[in-house]
Amino acid sequence: MSAGAALSPGRSGRGGAPAAGAAPAAAPADRPAPLPLWREVALVAAKDLRIERRSRVTTGQVLPFALVVVVLFAFALDPDRGLLARAAPGLFWVAVLLAGLPAVNRSVGVELAPGVRDQLALTRLDPSGLFVGKVLAVVVELAALQAVLGPAMVVLYDVRPGGAAVLAAAGVPATVAVAAAGTLYAGLAAGTRVRETLLPLLVLPVTSPVLLAATRAWEDALARAPGDAWGWVAMLWVAAVTYLAAGMLAFGAVWEDGT
Amino acid sequence: MTATTGTGRLFSVRVEAALGAAAAAAFGALAVLGLAVAPPDAVQGDAQRIMYLHVPTAWVAYLAFGVTALASGLYLWPRTRAVAWDRLAGASAEIGVLCTGLTLALGSLWGRPIWGVWWAWDARLITTAVLFFLYLGYLALRRVLGPTEAGARRAAVAALVAFVDVPIVHFSVEWWRTLHQRATVFTPDLSPSIEGVMALTLWVGVLAFTLGYLALVALRYRIAGLEAARDAAALERAIAARVAAAAAAGGTVEPAGVPAP
Amino acid sequence: MPTVVRCRRVVCLLDGYPALAGVDLDVEDGEVVVLTGPNGAGKTTLLRLLAGLVPPARGEVVVLGHDLVADRRAHRHLIGFVGHDPGVYDDLTVAENLRLRARLLGAARERVDGALARAGLETCTAVPAGRLSAGQRRRLALAGAWLADAPLVLLDEPHAALDADGRARLDAWLAEAVAGGRTVLVATHEPDRLRGVRAREVVMVGGQTRVTAGTGR
Repeated sequence: MSAGAALSPGRSGRGGAPAAGAAPAAAPADRPAPLPLWREVALVAAKDLRIERRSRVTTGQVLPFALVVVVLFAFALDPDRGLLARAAPGLFWVAVLLAGLPAVNRSVGVELAPGVRDQLALTRLDPSGLFVGKVLAVVVELAALQAVLGPAMVVLYDVRPGGAAVLAAAGVPATVAVAAAGTLYAGLAAGTRVRETLLPLLVLPVTSPVLLAATRAWEDALARAPGDAWGWVAMLWVAAVTYLAAGMLAFGAVWEDGT
Repeated sequence: MTATTGTGRLFSVRVEAALGAAAAAAFGALAVLGLAVAPPDAVQGDAQRIMYLHVPTAWVAYLAFGVTALASGLYLWPRTRAVAWDRLAGASAEIGVLCTGLTLALGSLWGRPIWGVWWAWDARLITTAVLFFLYLGYLALRRVLGPTEAGARRAAVAALVAFVDVPIVHFSVEWWRTLHQRATVFTPDLSPSIEGVMALTLWVGVLAFTLGYLALVALRYRIAGLEAARDAAALERAIAARVAAAAAAGGTVEPAGVPAP
Repeated sequence: MPTVVRCRRVVCLLDGYPALAGVDLDVEDGEVVVLTGPNGAGKTTLLRLLAGLVPPARGEVVVLGHDLVADRRAHRHLIGFVGHDPGVYDDLTVAENLRLRARLLGAARERVDGALARAGLETCTAVPAGRLSAGQRRRLALAGAWLADAPLVLLDEPHAALDADGRARLDAWLAEAVAGGRTVLVATHEPDRLRGVRAREVVMVGGQTRVTAGTGR
């Protein structure tokens, strides 16, 4: 974890010895013990989900957007030729990727309200806890979105559902990977004046293998031929763990020092 | 590479000049060899000559992104943190994106007469295209972050994430194309049995582009140093202006030191 | 007396602009320092610098024995900071915001009720922070800083938008903080508002600290 400590000032800063010279005054309060990571994650995720429950940005704006995309696909690919049913897995994940962008933008935007970053920085919240908590909340929101999107596609595209186990096994790591990569890049672009326009260019190329692997796994699942799917599932887990680990290691270096 | 100082050059003036001259000479040799000396390919005809550019640009693209990743890692590592690594990472990525774009364009020009299409969904092509966009995003991010310490740190993180993503892209695309569509458009390997003059030409191409890469990176690095010097000078002027304005505003000029007893 | 804040020739950049252009400042333990000066003089940046929220570009900064040039994070649990904005989530209620802040600060839960009472926010605990008036938001910010229970208190325009009752509460908190030996820096355009507190005035002009004068009364 030495690299992690090096990259994450939040955790590494905790052992800092006072400089020589001017002595601490007024009996400085002892540094509060850091929260365990899981507590930080739970606090942040619960906070984000509560904000979502109040503001309904995902359910009221992002989900309808994803549904519009699903309808637009039908306009683009003639619904009478069976193309839609065949392309459904790929279209599903394209819609999820596109919906993931505003979801992540919103999630990070909440922390960019005036003064919030300053006040958070003065608490003992570790940036990696903040990162994982926000990823978890986005995963929950995207999962809820998928729970509506999937049935909608079954109905609109005349898809025959099946292979639920493979769908879930691929869907979970794919969603984690999209949320983690999106949150990390939104953090990288945070504080710049162009975060919202820059984010798609940053996130979509990085998550393109996720789209690819999730689509293939779902095609295999719907074709009732899950043999190949497990390789894709493994690849999705590699991607999810990679982006999560990168975010946990780097979010400290990324998040603070914003303007 | 003595990339530890805050300003200045990547190489000495003499090495820089020698690099430029050597690159120019190598490109000249490549032009003669590739256009006149090397025979047209038995199967592909003159179109094959594009390979003398296409293969070297692809090589330099990967080299450049590797250097960007390495420099970014060295920047993030506290013991080796130096602004020079950030500049090197940025300079190298710019040349890398340029060469990736060239690789795609040249490949397309070659594919049209040989495959009959401008573009094929070949694993290598897709990976290269994704790479192009990955690092285009990195450059866009660098541009908005600016040359501050925090900006350099974020840029380094972005470069490493992009680099870590490359194998994921590569393997998923590779696996996808081999699983679902066994090479139908083409089978010829890019370097089946190149020999003699053709092999020599290809190697001269690699040499020329590598030297060109080094010369351009050194140049871009030096420009970044000059930009930083310009910004530093502007900052000095801004500080002096503020100090002067404060003095003009009146008030006793004394440091706000320890309070009077 | 130990020095709580020590700044020497500090330059601090915001987007490349020298918001601080060579600040010298010493603050002793238990002192109250009032930062005054025209808009754009660098008062806010100086407070944010001392909280470790912006990096010094040049010079020395030592706060409570921590060298901020080397590490801007180690001393943050010793800071109570009230900025221009309360830094709360608009969709969470007043009580939710303070409870979350208390957990993240490691403050006891009971302190939340104390903070609400002190700031006079008991009647709007269930109101989303985004629906508060400017004065109520300022009270919420003060309540959040009180939760931190820190030896160094940094207040940026704490009087802004506060009504008479709010100012009285702020005065009471300041008096109590001073009595408790805390060190306080207040940036304000209304130094006369700090009634009943023995304070030293530091004037900032053009990103520098210029003049010292006692305003103790």
